Amino acid sequence: MNEMDRSLFALREMDTLAAGNSPVHRLCPAAKLLTTIAYIAAAVSFGKYQLSGLLVLILYPALVFSLSGIPVGTCFRKLRFVLPLVLAVGLFNPIFDRSPLLTVGAVTVSGGVVSMLTLMVKGVLCLMASFLLAATTPIDALCAALRRFRVPSLLVTLLLLTYRYVGVMKEELSVMTDAYRLRAPGQKGIRYHSWGSFLGQLLLRSADRAEELYGSMQLRGFRGEFPYAESRPWTGRDTAWFLVWTACFALCRMFDVAGLLGSLLAGGMR
Amino acid sequence: MIRFDNVTVAYEKGAPVLKNVSFTVETGEAVGLIGANGAGKTTLMRALLGLVGHQGTITVDGVEVTKRNLPEIRRKLGFVLQNSDNQMFMPTVYEDMIFGPLNYGLSRAETDARVDAVLTRLGLQDLKHRHNHKLSGGEKRMAAIATVLAMEPEALLMDEPTSALDPRNRRLMIETIRALPGTKIITSHDLDMIWDTCSRVILLDGGAVAADGPAEEILRDRELLEAHCMELPLRLAGL
Repeated sequence: MNEMDRSLFALREMDTLAAGNSPVHRLCPAAKLLTTIAYIAAAVSFGKYQLSGLLVLILYPALVFSLSGIPVGTCFRKLRFVLPLVLAVGLFNPIFDRSPLLTVGAVTVSGGVVSMLTLMVKGVLCLMASFLLAATTPIDALCAALRRFRVPSLLVTLLLLTYRYVGVMKEELSVMTDAYRLRAPGQKGIRYHSWGSFLGQLLLRSADRAEELYGSMQLRGFRGEFPYAESRPWTGRDTAWFLVWTACFALCRMFDVAGLLGSLLAGGMR
Repeated sequence: MIRFDNVTVAYEKGAPVLKNVSFTVETGEAVGLIGANGAGKTTLMRALLGLVGHQGTITVDGVEVTKRNLPEIRRKLGFVLQNSDNQMFMPTVYEDMIFGPLNYGLSRAETDARVDAVLTRLGLQDLKHRHNHKLSGGEKRMAAIATVLAMEPEALLMDEPTSALDPRNRRLMIETIRALPGTKIITSHDLDMIWDTCSRVILLDGGAVAADGPAEEILRDRELLEAHCMELPLRLAGL
């Protein structure tokens, strides 16, 4: 199995994960979608120096990982290509913001370092929440939930097809890479002067296959709606899930829960 | 009944791929479409399904293939693609099978009953909850047929159904096609399969109908076949 095949397998693994049957999987996709949106909104709304408050939000992904049975390692394995980008976002903050913010022992920590860490944590938390939504909800059910919230059919279809076409593109890339390697023994990777034609071919081949795939969907009555998606009615359990979590996020946002917990622990220790 | 009346298809501004093609396929007939590569077999099917534009008239049970009528036309016709990977786009066989019927407004219960009936008829019950990407080539091809049959089409169009199948799966495919009722139009270079499954053959060459008649008559005509870049079926070639 080459790197590309492994990557393709990993993509399909998301479908397998989403087909699970845990309490989280059994929730209505719309409830999970709304909760994830609330979570992301709460996470990004924290100020740039509110690192300790933000850390409390880890409780949500931690509990969902535990309830859904999805291994945490799988999340980080799948996000390994995106994480460096997220982590790079605040890399220059320590250079531009050197004002001292706090002192840990003898070390003075600047505002830039704290804001960099805050940005990184925000990014990781949002990615984890999005991953958990995708790993516990089949893509078609997710699209159906978006349609339920009146997101335009065109946008939802675009999302669905992008998801499907990434797989198609990867398959084509896998075949082309193998064909290249077989005729370039001992060569590492693809030479730069071949990249132009290689990418052009990849685009044309995937466009052809994508067109065929979309044609196949149309032939079976697809018109931008998702009646075939797994439909779970919104029940009291879904309302409870959404309201309890949203309340938790709001509490974390309004009060310094981390500080409160710290004081309680410190008080207990005394 | 499927009717082609002076149908011409051209991609972009190039030369026409189909030129003034006319023929009729009666209900219940099994027709083999044969011809060399680039003869226009797949294009003919795509025109029938409204996937490419055409000039002339194509009708299915009296309904003309136009943009407005496409949902009705496509409900009547089931198309099995040459590449099953492009046909099977859902995670599991079951999900792929329910895709079409639910899109056409059937209830979940009706759809499930259809799925079970089709899988039983094809002897594929064990594939029901298998993941598409874990199926072998032969299994995927059979599952692709199942997804189309679940829509209960009035006519079945198959593009190279036996290509890339091993001998055992090819034989299984031939038996499956023979057992399927209703109108069938099958394109293939596998003339032995066409012999086994079709009562009539249309030979295309350069986008035009070069011959149209009983399968045995055309498939035995060495001169005709060789004049159009084809060869006798292996069973008749004395190999």
